Amino acid sequence: MTSTSVRRHKATGLVVLLAGLVTTGIGYAAVTSTAEASVPQASQGQLDQGHQIFLEGCATCHGLAAQGSSDGPSLIGVGAAAVDFQVSTGRMPLAAPDNQAPQKAVVYTADQISALAAYVASLGPGPSIPSASDVSTTDAELAEGGVLFRTNCAQCHNFAGRGGALSDGKYAPSMMNATPTQMYEAMLTGPQNMPVFNDKTMPPAQKQAIIKYIKNLQQAQAPGGLALGSYGPVTEGVFIWTAGIGALLAAAVWIGAKVR
Amino acid sequence: MSVIVKEVGRALGRADERLPVASGLKKNLRKVFPDHWSFMLGEIALYSFLILLLTGVYLTIFFKPSMTDVVYHGSYQPLVGVPMTEAYSSALGISFDVRGGLLIRQIHHWAALFFMAAMMVHMFRIFFTGAFRKPREFNWIIGGSMILIGLLEGFAGYSLPDDLLSGVGVRIVAGIVESIPIVGTYLLFFIFGGQYPGTDFIPRLYTFHVLLVPGILLASVGLHLVLVFYHKHTQYPGPGRTNENVVGFPLFPVYTAKAGGFFFVVFGVTVLISALVTINPIWAYGPYVPDQVTAGSQPDWYIGFVDGALRAFPSWESQFWGHTWSWNIFLPCVVLPGLMVTALLAYPFIESWVTGDTGEHHLLDRPRNAATRTSLGAMAIAFYGVLVINGANDIIAAAFNLSINQLTWFTRIGIFIIPPLVFLSTHRFCMGLQRRDRELLLHGRESGQILRLPHGEFIEIHTPISDDQKAVILSKRDIAPLAIPAATDQNGVATPGLAGKKIRAKLSGFFFQDNVARPSAAEIEAAHHHAHEVHDHEITELHEAGKQAPSQLTD
Repeated sequence: MTSTSVRRHKATGLVVLLAGLVTTGIGYAAVTSTAEASVPQASQGQLDQGHQIFLEGCATCHGLAAQGSSDGPSLIGVGAAAVDFQVSTGRMPLAAPDNQAPQKAVVYTADQISALAAYVASLGPGPSIPSASDVSTTDAELAEGGVLFRTNCAQCHNFAGRGGALSDGKYAPSMMNATPTQMYEAMLTGPQNMPVFNDKTMPPAQKQAIIKYIKNLQQAQAPGGLALGSYGPVTEGVFIWTAGIGALLAAAVWIGAKVR
Repeated sequence: MSVIVKEVGRALGRADERLPVASGLKKNLRKVFPDHWSFMLGEIALYSFLILLLTGVYLTIFFKPSMTDVVYHGSYQPLVGVPMTEAYSSALGISFDVRGGLLIRQIHHWAALFFMAAMMVHMFRIFFTGAFRKPREFNWIIGGSMILIGLLEGFAGYSLPDDLLSGVGVRIVAGIVESIPIVGTYLLFFIFGGQYPGTDFIPRLYTFHVLLVPGILLASVGLHLVLVFYHKHTQYPGPGRTNENVVGFPLFPVYTAKAGGFFFVVFGVTVLISALVTINPIWAYGPYVPDQVTAGSQPDWYIGFVDGALRAFPSWESQFWGHTWSWNIFLPCVVLPGLMVTALLAYPFIESWVTGDTGEHHLLDRPRNAATRTSLGAMAIAFYGVLVINGANDIIAAAFNLSINQLTWFTRIGIFIIPPLVFLSTHRFCMGLQRRDRELLLHGRESGQILRLPHGEFIEIHTPISDDQKAVILSKRDIAPLAIPAATDQNGVATPGLAGKKIRAKLSGFFFQDNVARPSAAEIEAAHHHAHEVHDHEITELHEAGKQAPSQLTD
């Protein structure tokens, strides 16, 4: 076999492709920081409790070994942060399949959620639950958070974090009830239709700035009075055509009424 | 005291010798205007316009129409240190660092929404009562143009602060300008002084917003009111009111008091709303940066129909002669609004051509009596309404858990189905009301009193309606539709322009279709006579039975 025939062999392309992929993968894994992909340490008891909860509440859709099924994605490698976000906001366990998992009452206690998160984290490396110092906003810049928020978040969640529509009945939810941990986890894991903002594309300091801005949105008093839901000109238009014109029409009828 | 009176009188006397004030006032202050609440709708628009002028002057003192880059160091913390244009920075300054600035800004913006809404409601009144008919067609055109100019003026104001929302709006307008075939790109460069966004646009828009357009609007308002004076005000039908007179009260003191009071009501309501309810929170939108956008980017409601059309229109685009033809923007945002405005302004002439009615009209139509006009108006409002609602489709989808794609399809289909349905149902409503009017004239009002006759029959007693009500109902004018012309005259000569005349006659037939004719005097007489005969007969019957006749039967 000459070198030319080796180069022209049917399988050569495939073998070269595979070799390339494997070396790239190994190389990437070697140079990538493992900070956000660490497997947290958990007690065997906690893992067992988490496994039990998983089998009862999650395995129907995600599979007995969390390998995924036609009804739900694989959870291997999603990390504790994803579990904590989905379960602590009441999105999981899902009540019924729909365009998107809606927020509802939380089913599990905080202990149960951390056990479940620990179990799923033990299946494969993934982002862990951010610590209190991770979500601390004391050093963050409010105005920088505003710029980052308008660049990365406002196009779906609206300028005031009140949420907005996406295609086909999907939506970006309101952020008014989200906790700093949940905001951080959402950016880290990209739940539902949200893109992932990992620590490479958005360093923790920027995440903290965004969290500071959203917290400000949650707490700020509207300087101009009643905010009409902060949905922009649509609710203003509804207001002028109901309360506004309504009041002036009533006044016109009153002035125009015949006195008898 | 008497000295003062004498001195003032002398001073006024001197003024009288030099200025034609007294003679003009004497005549015009006693001018009679008819009374009805719906005649005050235009006043709401007028007073909103005055409020806009007053508050606008205050805002110009502090606003800097400049696109120079500055870094914000005002008192609104979440934006401190953020680079922005001077226009946005000064608008923030008005909101947070100028005494009363936020209130004045909100009054200005709420008054703008009031101005547009009131002009539209006023137009509905004019349309549905037929007040646009001869001799007032020209005033209809002035009014319609003012809505269009007000729309442009409002959009300019919305765009001036250079916040994220207004920047997105200007970006869409830039796209609309670019979509105009052949000249679009040149036009864009002309308007923006180069590529979008450039640094010229806001200073140019400012001149447009505070000088040119308010001047045009002020002149139009003046002309509009002069023509109302000149033509005299229309009146609703009623006892003693004819096409030749005006029944009402003098301008002074009745309407000066009423209108003056109403001005303060409008001003008060506007200030109350502005003090309690946020409008256009520019600080929350942030400065305009071309790579940013917020969910729920909408124009103010009066531009919503253009946005709604744009959102619903299929993505058609073609390329030939070296140009991209963006039908998906040009048709919904330029052609459609153009057609809508043309139809609106031309309507008085179209109707007069179709009906062949060339007479002067000072007595208003009751909307039911011009059923086709009323239905066309309702249809137009429905068409506009569907577009406005689609302009808010993302907000509706988010608020009611609906799919935005399905809402778009609802609009695409509904825009062809809903307006005709509204036309048909409005027409049926009008016919029903016409029949009821005829019934009221002929047989009177159902009294709710049921009488059982000796032979077992039940009858309901009808009471005649008042003379006032009769006069209102009798105001209905029945116009015969134009006859379809014969192909040839009696000498066998072909009728010139036959096809056009036929179309006109068909349209005329459509306009007057299903009209319920007003009963003639003879019919009314006969109906009354009949009622009395029946009643008399029954009374005799009751007498024979030895009973007292109920008093109602004697009328």
